Amino acid sequence: MGTEVFLSANPVEGLEQQIVFGIATGSIYASLALALVLIYRAMEAINFAQGEMATFSTFIAWSLMANFHMSFWIAFPLVVVLSFVGGVALERVVIRPVERAPILTTILVTLGLFAIFNGLSGLIWGYTIRTFPSPFPVTPITLGGVGIGFQDLGLIGVSLVLLFLIYLFFSRTKLGLMMRAASLYPQSSRLVGVRVGWMLALGWGLSAAVGAVSGMMVAPVLSLDPSLMQSVLLFAFTAAVLGGIENPLGAVIGGITVGVLLALVGTYIPHAEDLRLVFGFIVIVLVLLFRPAGLIGRAHVTRV
Amino acid sequence: MALLELQDVVATYGSRRALHGVSMNVEEGSIVAMLGANGAGKTTTLRAITGLVKVQGAIRFDGRRITGRSTEEIARLGIAHVPEGRGTMSQLSVLENLHMGACLRRDGRAVRQDLDRVYAYFPWMKSRLAQPAALLSGGEQQMLAIARAAMMRPRLLLLDEPSLGLAPIVVRGIFKIIEAINSEQGVTILLVEQNARIALKTAGRAYVLEVGVVAVSGQARELAQDESVRRSYLGY
Amino acid sequence: MRATSLLKPGNALSLFLLLVAALAPLYVLGRFPTLEWAYVWALLIGMIGVNILTGYCGQISLGNSAFMAIGGYATAILTYRAGWNYLLTIPVAGVLASVGGVMLGIPALKLRGIYLATATFALAISAPSVIRHFDQLSGGSQGISIPPAEDPFGLVRSQALTSEQWLFYTSLVLAVVLFLFSRALLRSHVGRAFRSIRDSETAAVANGVSLTFYKTLAFAISAFYAGVAGSLYTINTAYISPDSFDVGFSLALVVGAVIGGLGTGIGPILGAVFTVWSPRYTQILFNAKPDIAFGVLLIVVMYTMPSGIAGGVYRLWAWYQRRRAAGRPKSGEDGTILLGKPAS
Repeated sequence: MGTEVFLSANPVEGLEQQIVFGIATGSIYASLALALVLIYRAMEAINFAQGEMATFSTFIAWSLMANFHMSFWIAFPLVVVLSFVGGVALERVVIRPVERAPILTTILVTLGLFAIFNGLSGLIWGYTIRTFPSPFPVTPITLGGVGIGFQDLGLIGVSLVLLFLIYLFFSRTKLGLMMRAASLYPQSSRLVGVRVGWMLALGWGLSAAVGAVSGMMVAPVLSLDPSLMQSVLLFAFTAAVLGGIENPLGAVIGGITVGVLLALVGTYIPHAEDLRLVFGFIVIVLVLLFRPAGLIGRAHVTRV
Repeated sequence: MALLELQDVVATYGSRRALHGVSMNVEEGSIVAMLGANGAGKTTTLRAITGLVKVQGAIRFDGRRITGRSTEEIARLGIAHVPEGRGTMSQLSVLENLHMGACLRRDGRAVRQDLDRVYAYFPWMKSRLAQPAALLSGGEQQMLAIARAAMMRPRLLLLDEPSLGLAPIVVRGIFKIIEAINSEQGVTILLVEQNARIALKTAGRAYVLEVGVVAVSGQARELAQDESVRRSYLGY
Repeated sequence: MRATSLLKPGNALSLFLLLVAALAPLYVLGRFPTLEWAYVWALLIGMIGVNILTGYCGQISLGNSAFMAIGGYATAILTYRAGWNYLLTIPVAGVLASVGGVMLGIPALKLRGIYLATATFALAISAPSVIRHFDQLSGGSQGISIPPAEDPFGLVRSQALTSEQWLFYTSLVLAVVLFLFSRALLRSHVGRAFRSIRDSETAAVANGVSLTFYKTLAFAISAFYAGVAGSLYTINTAYISPDSFDVGFSLALVVGAVIGGLGTGIGPILGAVFTVWSPRYTQILFNAKPDIAFGVLLIVVMYTMPSGIAGGVYRLWAWYQRRRAAGRPKSGEDGTILLGKPAS
């Protein structure tokens, strides 16, 4: 899969710096975790291809900027919309035949998507590492005596905005209500005329769009190549599991927690760069063993 | 032409045949009851109408064939089905359940009017709109299910055993509302019931099912007065 | 058991095919294809392990690449640093890997379905970086090279066999031995216990089957097979690096086992053979990078034959039997319960 590149702050900087940095990187994990949670809520399945889809979207954004000379602020919303459409199409074409299949089938189909998107990214854009422009200026600012980059603030801001928008959507809009109902009570929803299959497709679309945002946020930091999101995916799993796999707020809190923990581990445990991934693995196992609903999530609910 | 026509409907669950050729007509604006013992096929007939079970034979709504269409498309044509078990969305609030009934409608003002009408039928709802439906009693959930169906402004309302598990006084209240929905809003009602007595008082026409076919049919009043029918099929 | 009854009429066929396989490198195959087939036998061993764990015991694990890495590195380190004869390292590799399997099995006892899949997926992703970290032992990103395999009988030195042929036979013999062992195991009460766990854990417990013991055993055995597979891989390649056994490898194992048919006797064989014939298989075997054709094939197979090729054959056979007699096929006879019917 290529080498994992980690987000790491300069270990010389102080504790507050580390924490802010951890929150910022945690926001990236949080946004991908949000995408995972959206799909899990829709169909009780984990999309293992989430990271690769996000990478693919990010490559498209890069292409638009590098080859078509679009500015970031045009490419960004365009890619988000394209990813949304792509996610909807993906569900309708690829996932729909296995919508009601047993879990192993769905897992394998998403693993197949993993392979396809990974391969496509490599095929179309190659494996050379590319730089991805950041929308935020790199100038550091000082807040309360702590030096923070605009970058960090931007990352945190984007995640919070995402979370807020998703919350609004699901709790305040009719469509959001229909999606919630469709995933929890598919048959009752059909009886009131809801096209449950399309609600699922919408969930995939939203998830793909959120994933694209996540990818475009992390690419300036990690540099763009096909293995961009793999480590992020692992930490997104960790975040989603920590926060409760059905809980969007939990995903964000989980993500930030993971980011901060990793930053602290990186600072205080020397030479532990390579161990971050396995740290994520261990956290996943521990949480699933002792608090499978997540530290914040609800107990598992039955669906009818 | 009746609003709903069933012609020789055969329904199977896997390899087991549940309906062996059911035919019935439901005229627009009427209340029709479907009666019979457990396992006679009443629930299956309703499920056949809304596409929840595979059927052979013809089911026509407003002249158009609806056999083979998906459940959601049938619902969109104007058929509301309150299933066995009520199908309330228990984690959603009372108000959200009602909104789900109206989720396809574009006429915001009329939706609000319908909500007001629902609150007139069931005054207790107004003070419990934010409560999750799971906290309601059995009777309240039944009322919520019927209200949600009414919010669809359907042309045809299918009710599966609305009296099941409820106290007689609650049942009477619910049936009054059912009559009101029919008379005030012109909704055609097809009603499955174990409680034949109250069903025959409310309905205009009735069909009695036995082992997957229609055994007897006729005016509700006449069937109620026919002792042999009551004793053989209705248990009283 | 269905698998054996399927093989009985085909027993002669199996022996014939085995003979063909044994003679092919001497008369038919060139040096490079011979080596490729050596990898196929090694892959087969890994797939048998997956079949035992997922097909028979119902535990979805995407992490077997980590155990292949343990086995591979055990062989590499013992051969390169401790001067062992590489053949002796193979069982050690298996045992060490199975220790890892037990360690995974303990938390896995409580995890199920998608959660177990996620956790083991995380293991597979994180394993290479852990290996890279302990670079004193593992040689870090540079990996370890071991001297090319020489057989103890001096056949290669005297040019009676090419080294590829020797590797081919080593892998083939091991594959046959381990396959027969797995068949015996799965026919025994252990296999019955596994299947009862897969079909219904509550029923298994009610019947006195110890979940703890048998699940852990399944993890241990499948890890052993993965370790041997990893060891053989490393011997065949004469090199190992942290990325040799990454997530893609785990996927290849699981996919191959599923496509062949989980929970069937011949599934892994079909899976290994399928992997040979699927496009760009060399990329999968040597590069361990999943790629587009692979993914597309996987999805197509999931649509049309979710129970794998063997499962599809069983279904046809069961349907045919049902038409002839009044009986219904018992569930739990094969792994099709895990994957259900093909999508309509």
